[in-house]
Amino acid sequence: MIPGALREEVARDGETIVFVAPDRLLEVMTWLKETPGQEFDYLVDVTAVEFRDRERPLQVVYFLRSLARRADLRVKVELDAAGGTELAVDSVWGLWHGADWLEREVYDMFGITFRGHPDLRRILMWETYAEGFPLRKDFPLRGRFSRAEQVRQALNANPEAHYSLDELSIADAWGDLPDDMRERLKRGERGKLPE
Amino acid sequence: MTTRTVELELATPGLDAQGQPTRVPLAASDLGGEHLLLNMGPQHPATHGVLRLVVELDGETVVRCIPHVGYLHSGFEKLGEYRHYNQIVPLTDRTDYLSPMSNNVGMALAAEKLMGIEITPRCTVLRVIACEMSRIISHMVWLGTTSIDLGAFTPFLWAFQERERIYNLQEMWTGARLTTSLTRVGGLMADIPDAFVAGLRKFTDTFPNTLAEIDRVLTRNAVWAGRTQGVGVMTPAEAINYSLSGPMLRASGVAYDVRRDKPYLGYETYDFEVPVGEHGDVYDRYLVRLEECHQSNRILQQALARLPDGPINVDDPRVILPPKSRAMSDMEAMIFHFKQVMEGVKAPVGEAYVGIENPKGELGNYFVSDGSAKPVRWRIRPPSFINLSALPKMAQGHLLSDLVAINASVDIVMGEVDR
Repeated sequence: MIPGALREEVARDGETIVFVAPDRLLEVMTWLKETPGQEFDYLVDVTAVEFRDRERPLQVVYFLRSLARRADLRVKVELDAAGGTELAVDSVWGLWHGADWLEREVYDMFGITFRGHPDLRRILMWETYAEGFPLRKDFPLRGRFSRAEQVRQALNANPEAHYSLDELSIADAWGDLPDDMRERLKRGERGKLPE
Repeated sequence: MTTRTVELELATPGLDAQGQPTRVPLAASDLGGEHLLLNMGPQHPATHGVLRLVVELDGETVVRCIPHVGYLHSGFEKLGEYRHYNQIVPLTDRTDYLSPMSNNVGMALAAEKLMGIEITPRCTVLRVIACEMSRIISHMVWLGTTSIDLGAFTPFLWAFQERERIYNLQEMWTGARLTTSLTRVGGLMADIPDAFVAGLRKFTDTFPNTLAEIDRVLTRNAVWAGRTQGVGVMTPAEAINYSLSGPMLRASGVAYDVRRDKPYLGYETYDFEVPVGEHGDVYDRYLVRLEECHQSNRILQQALARLPDGPINVDDPRVILPPKSRAMSDMEAMIFHFKQVMEGVKAPVGEAYVGIENPKGELGNYFVSDGSAKPVRWRIRPPSFINLSALPKMAQGHLLSDLVAINASVDIVMGEVDR
């Protein structure tokens, strides 16, 4: 039995699933990676599962592999959103850099926050996407907004407001910027400014 | 002031001492000197699809590279939750569209693992043939496009000619060149037609000639070697830490091949080598993929030699549709037909993950079922998505023109990266 494991199950494909408490995840993962005889040095995948039954907690699933031992292991963390648990776990980026985009995708699709992730931004959806988290079960297949609303937002979007060459040399050109842009940047609408 | 739009991106290279993300704006003045921000893509021929790279350059040297993906996001995983297992097959064609048949196989294997179905011997061998044909066409596209990126036009034409021959066979078998939808849960959409075996045998006899020609043109070519050797190096430890898979992992010297180390479809009974590189650079990735084509050819020959007779579908009326003539004349067959079409094939409660060695790397299909005919969750482990996430690391410190070579060597296909 792995220290820190709540319970174990065997999946239909024969792999062992280990359930871990959210607050002990990082500790267990570090143990799994660094203990001789475990040596799970390769992170195959990170994903999440939400069940149709709303009572069941969300699961974050980690697929681990030990390349030396040719062994696989599945680690799961259950996050009970209905029970008031915060949808957040510790990032395993420090152990496996391969988790970078995988955790970003889980955040993007399920809204689960990974504490300590170096760059937790949306990855498949765009940064200003406002409809929520697409792979959650309460997200309708066609999206939350009507087609008309989606078109309206696309037409109203002003890409220049976010991406403009003016902002690139902002530290040098602060005094030359138009007032409205200075106001906008002061409000921190896009990134932080040098003081 | 120019009106060209570029992005002020606040991506971060890592954590600071307090464990907080360090947010360094691109082109910050403390990086020293004048930095140029270059936007490459999403509509750029050398990004192999709608990939957008924001590159910070010091002169011609890449200081930082930030990939932006998602332009081709289609929500396949969400769609899969609303479809029967057999209805998911056409979605898999459209993920890695350069090797559709092996995607079909990967998805079917995972669904069969979940349902506990054992496929027939003939189906097993035919699926091996499908997977290895896919590997060859995918590597041929990779080789052709990469050589074009690096200025060699001839290998592109040779590679695409070979791909065309496989495409013709694929079309003969499935009726489609791209959207093959070959597999069904428990079997195949169709058996191979009569002329297929002879056609594939002719291909496997002559294909090594083309590989030898490509080898003669590229492997000891000074320009090719100069553009690729020592470029985009990943050490074995880095390759493992970044979860690279497939030829990317093996070029770095880590000999892990799912076919050999976690065999499926009886791959342990085939005689083939797993080529491994030593330097982990673009050149080694080329050598590994070229050798994999030889090995795939060998596997195809062995599979053709052992192809058994017999049914392609399992004998289970709950899973496999009865022939149309029986469904129209036999009451029982009609009921099974009705139930499958209207209700779908029900999977037991549980979950299953099957990883297969796709041309791009390990393609995983992960199904979670609550006992209904539609999966609760269908997850694709996308090999080129994960391989691409190491691009910023590989590109750092190289020239902009090397970034093109490195990006090509990852062998991405945006349909799969964005899904």
